[in-house]
Amino acid sequence: MNAYETWIAFQTILIREIRRFTRIWVQTLLPPVITMALYFVIFGTLIGSRIGEMGGFSYMQFVVPGLIMMSVLTNAYANVVSSFYGNKFQRSIEEQLIAPIPNWVILAGYIAGGVARGLCIGLIVTLLSLFFTHLHIQHWGVMVSVVLLTSILFSLAGLINAVYAKSFDDISIIPTFVLTPLTYLGGVFYSINLLPPFWQAVSQINPILYMVNAFRYGVLGISDVNIHFAFGMIIFFIIVAGAFAMHLLNKGRGLRS
Amino acid sequence: MDCAVSIHNLHKTYDNGFSALKGVSLDVNQGDFFALLGPNGAGKSTIIGILCSLVRKTSGNVKIFGLDIDTHFAEARKNIGVVPQEFNFSQFEKVFDIIKTQAGYYGLPSSVAKSRAEFYMKKLDLWDKRNTPARMLSGGMKRRLMIARGLIHEPRLLILDEPTAGVDIELRRSMWEFLQEINKAGTTIILTTHYLEEAENLCRHIAIINKGLIIENTDMKSLIKQLDQETFVMDTREALTTTPAIPGFVIHKTDTHVLEVEIKRGTDLNHLFNALSAQDIHIVSMRNKANRLEELFVKLLNQDDSHKSGAAA
Repeated sequence: MNAYETWIAFQTILIREIRRFTRIWVQTLLPPVITMALYFVIFGTLIGSRIGEMGGFSYMQFVVPGLIMMSVLTNAYANVVSSFYGNKFQRSIEEQLIAPIPNWVILAGYIAGGVARGLCIGLIVTLLSLFFTHLHIQHWGVMVSVVLLTSILFSLAGLINAVYAKSFDDISIIPTFVLTPLTYLGGVFYSINLLPPFWQAVSQINPILYMVNAFRYGVLGISDVNIHFAFGMIIFFIIVAGAFAMHLLNKGRGLRS
Repeated sequence: MDCAVSIHNLHKTYDNGFSALKGVSLDVNQGDFFALLGPNGAGKSTIIGILCSLVRKTSGNVKIFGLDIDTHFAEARKNIGVVPQEFNFSQFEKVFDIIKTQAGYYGLPSSVAKSRAEFYMKKLDLWDKRNTPARMLSGGMKRRLMIARGLIHEPRLLILDEPTAGVDIELRRSMWEFLQEINKAGTTIILTTHYLEEAENLCRHIAIINKGLIIENTDMKSLIKQLDQETFVMDTREALTTTPAIPGFVIHKTDTHVLEVEIKRGTDLNHLFNALSAQDIHIVSMRNKANRLEELFVKLLNQDDSHKSGAAA
């Protein structure tokens, strides 16, 4: 395929992905809005007002960046894992496998679809948060690039999960038993400076901590971790996950017999 | 001129140890309408899977229009359209979107994809269903959707894996006409089917595969010539009390008004009818007991199985 044909193939996968998650918007776009509205009401307004300040900001302001990031990463992951596995289950993935599309374009198409949903949800939740608090963005470049990189990383993770999945149960195991605990313990609701030194050290191995704090730095200008180190960690995880996902597609694992 | 498909010494052993192909060699000429027949599990779908890259071969060489599928996989895939045995499209997408999206996977610009999708959907009577989700289509429409999708990039080789399974006879015949039309226009077609009448009517060359090996590979006319006898079912006007005996013919009475007659090829049938008339038996209708190709197919498979079991003993 020449560059123009490759571009069309990439666009086709991306448009199909966007068409999929907008077609089923009641399952994909609405639930995070409702969930986050509840978080804002309960943790921000009701409980947050009794907690007081955290990191020099009201608890509501402190928790909003974490909740936006939580929505972005869970939705980027969910989009790719359910779409890719759904295509495997219905065997419609064969439409792409028999076509002359290079594997890296298939990967890029699905990742772009996950990023599109992650950004879409991130924007909606950010707009929703403005009903509850004021946000004065400190570092636009940091904020946007962290959202983008986090969406890419969790889209890659979703694709790896989907390649290994053999049933619909398998695509909910990782989000339930790995992603949710890591997110809740990744500094979304609290500063890790509140933890005893031992648990602070343990928290350092949680990759989500770096994403949440880097995003919070972009929005509020505060972070529990070094911002350069946080970016370094996110990019490192993207390289590892991306290389592994390419390896799986090139091997045809779970796709070609 | 390069063959449309050239397969040399193809082997495939699956991870569970099952050896599906044990050294298949096969050439399909450009412009041919080629039947690949065999019982279930013989290796037909494995060959098709390897041609369209869904199955990885263990060893051997495969070329599509002279392009090696290992070294020129993208160019080779552009030349192939596949209509698989099982439905493999998203059940939730609209018919038009499925076909247009497939065009995009081959790098066709949107304007070309739209006009081609409209052309093939109209040709296959799907245009009225363009905005219908695929799951709402009947079985026959789903088959036609897969044919339209397989043709959207206008491949030089179309592979049809049991395209008319579960399709009613009227629709099957209209699909035959359409396939003959695109074959005449230059598209090479490889067909697998369990309807041997379909293979006999459509195909010019045939290969029969059994247990991972090609046991016959010839043109249809030569194969049919191998059939040394046929069995006809004849309906009689009068009820029969005994089985008529006519020298040179093996006759069985299967019902009061039905005879089965085994006739060697080239036998003068007038002699049979005259002899029956002489016994006051009048034939009102007759038909082949089985399709000619079906009789041959069963015979060849039986010969191959007994040969293999003899060799094993």
